[in-house]
Amino acid sequence: MIGQIWRWLAQRRLTITFLLLGTIILLFIFVPLTKTIFSSSPSLLWKTLLEGEVISSIWLTLYTALIATVVGLVLGVPLAYFLARHSFRGKRFVEALIDVPIVVPHTAAGIALLFVFGENFAVGRAFHSIGIDFVLSVPGIVIAMLFVSVPFLINSAKQGFEKVDERLEKVARTLGASPWQTFFRVSLPLAKGSIFGGSVMMWARGISEFGAVLVLCSYPTIAPILVYTRLEEYGLDYALPVATILIIICLVVFVGLRSFAYRREKA
Amino acid sequence: MIEIKNLTVDLGSFLLKDINLKVGKGEYFIILGPTGAGKTILLESIAGLYPIKSGEIWLDGREVTALEPEKRGIGFVYQDYVLFPHLSVKDNLIFGLRQRGRPKEEMQRVAEWLADLLGVSHLLQRRPDTLSGGERQKVALARALSVSPGVLLVDEPLSALDPQTREGMQQELRRVHQRLKATIIHVTHDFEEAIALGDRIAVLNEGHIVQVGTPEDIFRHPNSEFVARFSMTHNIFAGDVQQSSDGITLFVIDDSEFEVVTELRGRLHASIRPEDILVSKEPLISSARNSLKGTITSISDHGSTIHLTVSTPLDFVCIVTRRSFDELNIEKEVEVYITFKASSVHIF
Repeated sequence: MIGQIWRWLAQRRLTITFLLLGTIILLFIFVPLTKTIFSSSPSLLWKTLLEGEVISSIWLTLYTALIATVVGLVLGVPLAYFLARHSFRGKRFVEALIDVPIVVPHTAAGIALLFVFGENFAVGRAFHSIGIDFVLSVPGIVIAMLFVSVPFLINSAKQGFEKVDERLEKVARTLGASPWQTFFRVSLPLAKGSIFGGSVMMWARGISEFGAVLVLCSYPTIAPILVYTRLEEYGLDYALPVATILIIICLVVFVGLRSFAYRREKA
Repeated sequence: MIEIKNLTVDLGSFLLKDINLKVGKGEYFIILGPTGAGKTILLESIAGLYPIKSGEIWLDGREVTALEPEKRGIGFVYQDYVLFPHLSVKDNLIFGLRQRGRPKEEMQRVAEWLADLLGVSHLLQRRPDTLSGGERQKVALARALSVSPGVLLVDEPLSALDPQTREGMQQELRRVHQRLKATIIHVTHDFEEAIALGDRIAVLNEGHIVQVGTPEDIFRHPNSEFVARFSMTHNIFAGDVQQSSDGITLFVIDDSEFEVVTELRGRLHASIRPEDILVSKEPLISSARNSLKGTITSISDHGSTIHLTVSTPLDFVCIVTRRSFDELNIEKEVEVYITFKASSVHIF
């Protein structure tokens, strides 16, 4: 009997080892999140949620990240399609460039943006003349989020387009579809799952951005900055409920959109 | 009518060079070539889907070389169907008409007519991924026909299908061609397919068209090794399949005839593999239905096997082992009997 169990285990050494290691990292992700969620009482969370400052900062975070995602869709999807369909000298360089915002420290990214979009610089001045300022303003939050999160959308959309058989587009052309019609009737519908998934990732990444936004725009205050300033100024007890609410919102939104995307993919 | 003049296409590793073809209206034209001869790219070049180096393409007296694919009126069917996976069969069929903004009633009428023509009416609401290979190929063919193309290009339409479906699809292609009087250019590496379907065949080898002619021309007088080797090893004959008065199916060539097993009737081709033919000095008593008397006209030594040509007066190539050859003790001009089963004859 024991010999049997031993043999059963011995045959599955690799699976068991990997399962154990995997469990450690899962717990590492899961425990802090749930501990945070359950360490504030529901009544305190509710009270915090009703604070004007908290509500407006969460709302600000959600919609600036959404605007950044929409801008990312309009400007990033065409690039993704171009990269998926063409090969040219320097393509690898361009692809590496797209990933750079993911790897640079985000405070540094914020400073880089400040250098271009600040009022003392050409691009910033040009926008200033049409009434858009990027320092201490909502557009500043949007470009900071856009900069750090758009690689997720571009890469995901590019993979989606790469999976679309190019011959589907060729057949569409022989059936009389123009390149535009082919894109909107064939390529885009077939890649929409990847584009949607990339958009969700981009939005989530935008919501969680801290460093780049802090450099460009500490006020109006987005939620991650609010958590930080409360922690700095008033201590953990004041920061915790806001952090909890933020985590819950992100979890609900993210899990919800993911399962929606998953169901769409299966249908 | 489609005419291709001095077409040169760069395939990276080699060139398709100086391709000249003239395909008449309503003709079923085959481009035959070994795998990797650039047949698919040649078709894509004709359709405007692949950039050409030089040359001209004329369709019904109009030069289309510089036209975009959507303005050429050239239909395309890929080997593995390439149906739009996000659209139902019906939406696949009317895709082209929808892009042209045709009225709803017309789209409905055309979809029903095409589905009826190819026998896929019961599949209209289905998704492509729920269809069998044969069904997909029919839908792909119907979709290409939906915009009434001046020429239909089909790329290896039968090679992804299992053998039974293949035969059905071959009939389907022939039927559609005859009913619509469509001009078809069909590329294949399959010799039998080429002979069975083609009004004329162009043989493509190493980037060149090496021979153009009727199926008979090609397999009687091949000028490429690719074709010669095939016709050598298959004993191909053109003739008529007829039903005799006593219920036997016969393949008749001029004054000769032999028994075959097939449901097909009419002007067709027969092939018998040389290793399926028995050679003997006396008539054999066996269950094989065909025994013909002939004279040995050539003997060629291939090491462990000997290839004999027996003229009955049809020329049959037969393969015998060296041992059998020695035992038979035969030489040129000797009279022998050849025997083969009716079921060894492939009719196509």
